[in-house]
Amino acid sequence: MRRFLRPGHDPVRERLKRDLFQFNKTVEHGFPHQPSALGYSPFLRLMAIGTRSGAIKLYGAPGVEFMGLHEENNTVMQIHFIPDQCQLVTLLDDNSLHLWSLKQHSGASELREEHRFTLKGPPGSPPSATQITAVLPHSSREVLYLGTESGNIFVVELPSFRVLEDRTISSDAVLQRVPEDYCNRRSCELVEALREHPKNPDQILIGYSRGLIVLWDLQNNKATHHFLGSQQLENLYWQRDGSKFVSCHYDGSYTQWPVFSDNRQPEPLENLVPYGPFPCKAISKIYWQTTKNGLPYIIFQGGMPRASYGDRHSISVVHGSQQTAFDFTSRVIDFFIIFSTEPTAEFDDPSAMVVLAEEELVVIDLKSAGWPAVHPPYLASLHCSAITCSHHVSNIPLKLWERIISAGSKQNVHYSNMPWPIDGGTNIAPDPPQRDLLLTGHEDGTVRFWDASGVCLHLLYKLSTVRVFLTDADPNDNMNTMGEDEWPPLRKVGTFDPYSDDPRLGIQKIYLCKYSGYLAVAGTAGQVLVMELNDEDAEHVVDHAEADLLQDQEGYRWKGHEKLKTRDGPVQFEAGFQPFVLVQCQPPAVVTSLALHSEWKLVAFGTSHGFGLFDHQQKRLVFVKCTLHPSDQLALEGPLSRVKSLKKSLRQSFRRIRRSRVSSRKRRGGGGNTSEVQEANAKFDQDTLQEMELAPVQRKIEARSAEDSFTGFVRTLYFADTFLRDSSRHCPSLWAGTNGGTVYAFCLRVPPAERRMDEPVRAEQAKEIQLMHRAPVVGILVLDGRGTPLPEPLEVAHDLSKSPDMQGSHQLLVVSEEQFKVFTLPKVSSKLKLKLTALEGCRVRKVTVANFGSCKTDDYSENDLAVLTNLGDIQIISLPFLKLQIRYPCIRKEDVSGIASCVFTKYGQGFYLISPSEFERFSLSTKWLVEPRCVVDVPEVSSNNHMHNKSGMENAARKSRSSGDYGEDERKSGRLMEHALLNDEKVLKEIQSTLEGGR
Amino acid sequence: EFRRFSLERSKPGKFEEFYGLLQHVHKIPNVDVLVGYTDIHGDLLPINNDDNYHKAVSTANPLLRIFIQRKEDADYSAFGTDTMTRKKNVLSNVLRPDNHKKKPHIVISMPQDFRPVSSIIDVDILPETHRRVRLYKYGTDKPLGFYIRDGSSVRVTPHGLEKVPGIFISRLAPGGLAQSTGLLAVNDEVLEVNGIEVSGKSLDQVTDMMIANSRNLIITVRPANQRNNVVRNSRTSGSSGQSTESSLPSSTPNILANFLQGEEESDEEDIIIEDSGEPQQIPKATPTSESLESLTQAELLHETTQNGFLPSSEVNLNHSARSISMECEVQNADHKSLEEDGTIITL
Repeated sequence: MRRFLRPGHDPVRERLKRDLFQFNKTVEHGFPHQPSALGYSPFLRLMAIGTRSGAIKLYGAPGVEFMGLHEENNTVMQIHFIPDQCQLVTLLDDNSLHLWSLKQHSGASELREEHRFTLKGPPGSPPSATQITAVLPHSSREVLYLGTESGNIFVVELPSFRVLEDRTISSDAVLQRVPEDYCNRRSCELVEALREHPKNPDQILIGYSRGLIVLWDLQNNKATHHFLGSQQLENLYWQRDGSKFVSCHYDGSYTQWPVFSDNRQPEPLENLVPYGPFPCKAISKIYWQTTKNGLPYIIFQGGMPRASYGDRHSISVVHGSQQTAFDFTSRVIDFFIIFSTEPTAEFDDPSAMVVLAEEELVVIDLKSAGWPAVHPPYLASLHCSAITCSHHVSNIPLKLWERIISAGSKQNVHYSNMPWPIDGGTNIAPDPPQRDLLLTGHEDGTVRFWDASGVCLHLLYKLSTVRVFLTDADPNDNMNTMGEDEWPPLRKVGTFDPYSDDPRLGIQKIYLCKYSGYLAVAGTAGQVLVMELNDEDAEHVVDHAEADLLQDQEGYRWKGHEKLKTRDGPVQFEAGFQPFVLVQCQPPAVVTSLALHSEWKLVAFGTSHGFGLFDHQQKRLVFVKCTLHPSDQLALEGPLSRVKSLKKSLRQSFRRIRRSRVSSRKRRGGGGNTSEVQEANAKFDQDTLQEMELAPVQRKIEARSAEDSFTGFVRTLYFADTFLRDSSRHCPSLWAGTNGGTVYAFCLRVPPAERRMDEPVRAEQAKEIQLMHRAPVVGILVLDGRGTPLPEPLEVAHDLSKSPDMQGSHQLLVVSEEQFKVFTLPKVSSKLKLKLTALEGCRVRKVTVANFGSCKTDDYSENDLAVLTNLGDIQIISLPFLKLQIRYPCIRKEDVSGIASCVFTKYGQGFYLISPSEFERFSLSTKWLVEPRCVVDVPEVSSNNHMHNKSGMENAARKSRSSGDYGEDERKSGRLMEHALLNDEKVLKEIQSTLEGGR
Repeated sequence: EFRRFSLERSKPGKFEEFYGLLQHVHKIPNVDVLVGYTDIHGDLLPINNDDNYHKAVSTANPLLRIFIQRKEDADYSAFGTDTMTRKKNVLSNVLRPDNHKKKPHIVISMPQDFRPVSSIIDVDILPETHRRVRLYKYGTDKPLGFYIRDGSSVRVTPHGLEKVPGIFISRLAPGGLAQSTGLLAVNDEVLEVNGIEVSGKSLDQVTDMMIANSRNLIITVRPANQRNNVVRNSRTSGSSGQSTESSLPSSTPNILANFLQGEEESDEEDIIIEDSGEPQQIPKATPTSESLESLTQAELLHETTQNGFLPSSEVNLNHSARSISMECEVQNADHKSLEEDGTIITL
């Protein structure tokens, strides 16, 4: 009967597919690529970050985040929140202004672009006349003041962006009463800063770039005071009471000016070059914050001595005798101070400084002694060392979770205890259904453990493998320990450190067993470390073994890097994962595959030369198998001598250039063409055209042969307890798949637990399958008698999985880049296949078994293969019948690094890098969806809407009783019930599923 | 009918002796027969002299399948349309060129003595401007040897002439299979790869598709040089030589069906080595189709001393198309449905 069930023709299956699969890009984790602007609303307690690709991201309390994208994809130059409103204005580098607002829609707030506007001057005027340099949203919320390059200040009405021409403050009007000699010396030039008087909304301070500062009376439309600065102006800051303001200058000085009520000509109160007397760099922004004890906080960006510290990215905080110049790891984009904004409060009392650097966000606690940094709950710099691999583990047992957190908290003692100061908005997303870990391996030999359960990707713990090895890096290289009398008082802050001491330390493969806490980590120089979680610091010797993967190969010469040197004697390890075994592959080629079986206490590893199996209980190498084809000289010699790979790397670096040029992100709904992108594309087209004229791009059509290079490259390793030799007895087995389409199966004999230390583990090759299409094998899987993939080691022992069906006949699924093939076991005969490449021209890049639950019923779930192809498509393929279920475009096919970085979870979610510092999270499942859902309430607005909200709640409650069909008010009801039933997880889940079902 | 019997691999003897043995085993002493065998690539090759007989025996692995046909019935055109042998597409393709190029029954040469390296297929269903070429890749002895590139071609559409991107053959490597066939040329536009249209696919995708199908590559091209097109037997079909449609929509399902079948059959089997023994082809797991297959084939079990196969002396001979019994036809129909089933599974 099956033959009638053609794909796409079975309505029952089609309906089920709708209940199971759904593609969403849900949230971006990490730090925005190329941030370009920062804004903060003390009223909403929300922070906004703009990027060079035109994205705007808002962050508040953990879990509260919004994203928007300017259609133009242009650089965001400035972000200004409208005072006391859920609105903000962005200025792009094409001189366009955009008004965004947070509006509530079906219970959750959404960021929407409302209006856009480009300032137009009178016909014939130069473009500089309307080039906006400064934006001041007036506290009346009705108008924006726009300072321009011409020195004129235009006034536009909000939200319509209508230009109020009669209120334009022209530079001529300003200059009228300026003393002659001053005026002659310098013209006004562009408007550098616009600041509203803190007490009197009718007065604004206008700073011109050449140094002139004017206090302008909006009511009478005239200048009340002129402050004749002699230095090029950078920025202005009002003191809280409005009696003084500070200007900062290009020469690294700042000046305090008094504001008199009479007509006296103001003279500077104080003029200081904090890091003088030698020439200093500009102070580009300054804060002057008052405190109860009378000593102000003077916080300014830059101003470092030009010659010696001109390359530093610093922000200095001066408070009485305390002074620290925070030294950032990358360029400071902007910063703001969080201070008391209550109108009744007498002093500023700054509590925190938030600094957006190019590569990370740093928050400094100004209340605690020593001004420690605050650990951010989001915007983590994923790329503080380049990410080399990632590994996801779903549903972490609570015990392990707590132990990892406790190990991590010991690493974070130097952080401030201050609660996260940016806490606007309310997160209304349901609690994450399970604890998920994302592990990222980095170039510097560290593994970072991220809490990937919810919207905020949060660093739990950082593991370094460096201690095991002797490296060139000087362990006493301490930039921070400077003497007390050191001047300037620099203090390094931030974690971004892209420079790896030794590329051999790079992490390439990670495998964590969540049940036993065993962790295997493998790296660039053939090192494989097996670790155990220890809650205490410990000093011990790491057992060391070598695995010669070449065995008796003749005529071999490895020209690649040397293996890492190990430390002799005991090594001090901090609490957390501590290595106890190190296996080093010989030749020390990069480890390309890794598998750990925590129950059998075995670890398998593969490189481009072969693979090996190590017994980490007895600390004994069980066997090695060389997979090299004798003629494969390239693989033999190692990475340095590869002519081929040089070509490839050249190609890749070009690609990278192109990528960065296009600034490479395609976001949800962001199909907009920008001049930048177009320009880049045009340039690229031109380049390719030229290239084509030289030599046409052509591809050779040739069948793969056994003599191809890198056929021995071990792509995948897999442990299975299955019927390898005969159908009556199952046994542990190890499977390996190579680049040349070969699958090796080894029969293992693991002694029973009581004799585990006494008898050796034995292995014997039982099968070798050569796929005739010779495409690289990227996945091996054994399906049990019910067609279900075998459970993970220890999964059954922990009652988290049904034990596999060992009665029926097992099947072997081999996934190559081109085909999916199912074979019977123990006698290998081919049963099914799906030829992906022959039919579609795409190839498998990543494949995982994922469990998909129905959003309609709790009791149905199925296992399918989630596949990412080289075209960036994601396909779901059913098990065990290998039928294509659904296909979604996910990543641009040009985004090679995005495709390479993709990692799937066990429950149909996934992550991939959209930039070196950001993971895009996506979901294929209707059931498991982690996305931000939050509300930003405005006091005034909410008081207006109070009635409405209340009725909404009742409405929803009624609806939930009757039909379960939630409309506009689902959030309200969700929230209501959440409060009522917060402790009852099951009910919560039910509500969640109904809510999602209704959507 | 079929028989199974064993032979000594080390001492195969002469062809005449073998021929006699066959006649003896099948009890057809005075019937002239054509003897053929399937080689490891699944191709039907003739046995008519000592050399190819020895070659056949040496390739037995361990089973050697021998096909025997009555010489007077060896009407190749009948094979092409015969439902029973249709399944073995290799066979029909080996023989099909004769079908189209010559009148039946006039044997000019013995094409079965040679192994085909390429063929033009589906001439009857394609527009005259197109050519569907099948390249046979045997092991590694000859590289396919061609290159493809991006380009653009002019297409006739309802909106008039339109320039569309296309894939073209850019280079033929000297000594390669593609060059030696003479059926492909530089600047030929590639329209389909194994029945899948390439329009809308990138150069890399098409490259991957061709490589994935490299064991049995069927490419449909629009030759750059249209003068050497195959002229149809009947020109009444109305399609003028200027037709530039990429394919005839009505015939597409037919083409695809043909291809899928051919592909399944001629796809090379993966190899397994069990316990460091001899490499063997991995058999198909469906037992029913295996037994049905044997109906159309004479199987010769060849016992080798290395592995422990039981010697058996059963040989079945199929007395060609003429002697099909009713029972056989029923089973054949059965088989067809099964095959369809199989196709669905693999889709």
